[in-house]
Amino acid sequence: MAQERKIKIIVAKPGLDGHDRGAKLLARIFAEAGMEVVYTGLRQTPEMIVETALQEDADVVGLSSLSGVHMYFFPRVVQLLREKGLDDVLVVGGGIIPSEDIPELKKAGVAEIFGPGTPTAKIVEFIKQNVRRRD
Amino acid sequence: MQDYAQQVLEGSPRAAARLISWLEDEDERALDVMERLYPHTGRAYIVGITGSPGAGKSTLTDKLTFALRRQGLTVGIIAVDPSSPFTGGAVLGDRVRMSRLSTDPGVFIRSMATRGFLGGLAKATGEVVKVLDAFGKDVIVIETVGVGQDEVDIIRLADTTCLVLVPGLGDTIQSMKAGVMEIADIFVINKADRPGADQLYAEVTTRVEQDAHLKERAWTPPVVRTVAVEDQGVDRLLEAVHDHRRFLEDSGALEDKRRRRAREETLQMIHGELFRRIRDRLTADGELEALVDEIAAKRRSPYRVMREVIGRWLKE
Repeated sequence: MAQERKIKIIVAKPGLDGHDRGAKLLARIFAEAGMEVVYTGLRQTPEMIVETALQEDADVVGLSSLSGVHMYFFPRVVQLLREKGLDDVLVVGGGIIPSEDIPELKKAGVAEIFGPGTPTAKIVEFIKQNVRRRD
Repeated sequence: MQDYAQQVLEGSPRAAARLISWLEDEDERALDVMERLYPHTGRAYIVGITGSPGAGKSTLTDKLTFALRRQGLTVGIIAVDPSSPFTGGAVLGDRVRMSRLSTDPGVFIRSMATRGFLGGLAKATGEVVKVLDAFGKDVIVIETVGVGQDEVDIIRLADTTCLVLVPGLGDTIQSMKAGVMEIADIFVINKADRPGADQLYAEVTTRVEQDAHLKERAWTPPVVRTVAVEDQGVDRLLEAVHDHRRFLEDSGALEDKRRRRAREETLQMIHGELFRRIRDRLTADGELEALVDEIAAKRRSPYRVMREVIGRWLKE
């Protein structure tokens, strides 16, 4: 009998803003929910995030952005994941993201955007429902 | 099914990453792949970095890796962090200090959660070493969880074990104790620019000198001072690692070490597989729960049950 599969999630802060309180809190929340969370720290480029997801065999990439760079960074991460053949990795985002940007981000392949005040249980539930089934 | 063994040998990071997940999950499919990779293992040199939480293991691993890369060597890093005993989750934070390495194609970093395994490593760490070895990495650096006094499993895996100490954590009594202080092939005094570093250096050096009188040892562990965040002393540390490697190779001790490792590993594999099969059989039809009921009601003892189960299994 194999061990129970754990959800592995990368929590990353793309871009240059230095506010990681939210990302750190989320990392803890995901761990409390039984996930294995790889926390990358600040100032990640999309390339760094995607290489991390690749080496860690991550099921989920969670991106946090507060500085308005999401329209570049989030789709770029999705695109690079696809280029690496990691198209089954779930990408979710959060932070300060204007609601009018959300449709375009979703069109680019970001599965969901969670704004400030989202109950954390909802984020955990969304991930559990939508994470890939690993072969 | 994809041929992960072939892909790992051809250098596919994705195949290596997935195979590692299988090993962590104890997925049976890993067995055949590992069997095919095994002939391609044994080339990498394995360095262990251990020490208390906050001693600077990740930063040191980062800087040591840069130094290895400057020498043209490729590096695999296995960074172990603890799982929660309550939720089973884990925050794996070692990569924070290794960000700049993540896009270097000559470096492969994998974080591992202990998943309840004691001793400072994850259960599958030894297997992951083999994957990265077959994957072609020249040096594999294993960073243990932050250890206390007794988590010494790293010496079973590493060719060279570096124990990272920092000033301010104790007095001479600490450096006299058994356990983690005994396992160092190299002592690293990190944060050597902090108050108390000189005293710590003196204490550790004294211990090393005492050891030279107390037991016969062909290798005297050097004591290296570093300030990892400033990249100070790291070249000296790398030199010490190479020195130790040369010593192991020239004295034949490396071969002995690896032979010992193979013996332990084989026994462990037999143990694990036997246990797995018996447990699966016992849980498949609910027999285990029935036995536990009887034990809980004090109708039978766990000792008796153990003997019966093993006896029956051996007959089969």
